[in-house]
Amino acid sequence: MSKVIDGLYYSETHEWVRVENGIGTVGITDYAQHALGNVVYVDMPSEDEEFAAGEVFGAVESVKAAGDLNLPVSGTIVEVNEALVDEPGLINKDAYENWIVRVRLSDEGELDNLMTAEVYRSTIDE
Amino acid sequence: MEKLTCLHDRHVALGALMSPFGGFDMPIQYAGIVEEHNAVRNAVGVFDVSHMGEVRVTGDEAESFVDYIFTGNVAALEVGKIAYGMMLYSDGGTVDDLLVYKMGANDLLLVINAANIDKDVAWITEHSAGHNVTVEHLSDCYGQLAVQGPDSETVLRDVLHLDCADLTFYTFKTVECNGETVIVSRTGYTGEDGFEIYAGHELTVSMWDALIAAGVQPCGLGCRDTLRFEVGLPLYGDELSAEISPITATLGMFVKLDKPGDFIGKDACARQKAEGSPMKLVGLEIHDRAIARHGYEVLDGERVVGHVTTGYRGISVDKSLAMALVERAAGDLGHELQVRIRRKVFPATVIAKRFYKKSYKK
Repeated sequence: MSKVIDGLYYSETHEWVRVENGIGTVGITDYAQHALGNVVYVDMPSEDEEFAAGEVFGAVESVKAAGDLNLPVSGTIVEVNEALVDEPGLINKDAYENWIVRVRLSDEGELDNLMTAEVYRSTIDE
Repeated sequence: MEKLTCLHDRHVALGALMSPFGGFDMPIQYAGIVEEHNAVRNAVGVFDVSHMGEVRVTGDEAESFVDYIFTGNVAALEVGKIAYGMMLYSDGGTVDDLLVYKMGANDLLLVINAANIDKDVAWITEHSAGHNVTVEHLSDCYGQLAVQGPDSETVLRDVLHLDCADLTFYTFKTVECNGETVIVSRTGYTGEDGFEIYAGHELTVSMWDALIAAGVQPCGLGCRDTLRFEVGLPLYGDELSAEISPITATLGMFVKLDKPGDFIGKDACARQKAEGSPMKLVGLEIHDRAIARHGYEVLDGERVVGHVTTGYRGISVDKSLAMALVERAAGDLGHELQVRIRRKVFPATVIAKRFYKKSYKK
């Protein structure tokens, strides 16, 4: 069973976002890291890059395949998780602890378009 | 609907990640690609390769016929030996790459890629018209296991009671097992010492069970690809195709232009060899952690000069590596190129595409 944490917002493409003071912390879900297998590279954007909700902002690569990263909410990148540069496999250890980017949200209302933990849990249980 | 190998329920029971490949529902990984890859490099692993196709060609003209559709020299091959080569279109493009087992005089077993079975059988049958040969499609009769890694000879002896110390690289023997004839060859697709075993479905399943019970690591197609990639072996669809000749893929040593008689694609290959093929398969080391995947563009400055055929973060070699098809002039060793990976362009150097040294028992 893949871990799903209450209180986060989830996208259909298996990213999560936690929002505090207008800043969203974004990562991929435990379900996604399981499906990918050993993560060997995380392609991250630069700070100050702007993305629309649903836009590809990077990629997570396992040995076998590359998976696009879609930003669940519109905004500007304010921080990337540098620890993943040298140790991309941290995502396999804990996909919620090891976030990928922090983003300044341009419209918190967009969070309503995402899933709650409960709804997300039901989609991956199918 | 994907076809299933005789070991399908074993893979599901082992919790393998399954995916379609070459028309079959195949295991991609069990424990994980890295763990399985390392098991083969350092100890031993077993692969279900029952999806591979088998075609037997017999009859008075079997050798001359196969020599006409195959780049190797079957007539000169001794019984008990195996030739690797290709079937070609007349323009030099590749129908498939395959192994030919010389079972006896005018008795040949062709082992072909799963994804190409229908195409190959049609190609062989069509060209056999007018030759005194019998073509039998036996893919559904054989299961196939690949036992690969430095410990494979010991495992075959101790677990399967197959003593293969006498087999050298690219030779085989037939063994009677429960009243059934089994083919064992010292071949593989990993760059390691290893064996491939062809047997009926029931026997294949019982050998698999014995190997797993003895602690041999089950290995999926995921690490089969990383293993073959690191030693520069081609995969049909990536490094060989209807558009890619063996000369372009730098596999000219398997095209026996000097063998007696004509073969399909000979003139085109001779011309490419003399004039130089416009494109060439090379190895690339990418100077970043980013990974170049199949289809990504290769640039020489502003100009696109080719594309990546396969790329990985090496497992035995800790580098970002790729094989790429590039314009010949851009493909010299040491040449500095670039690879476009999504939004960014990374520097890459042309290097030999045997990224990891093979350790065959010759």
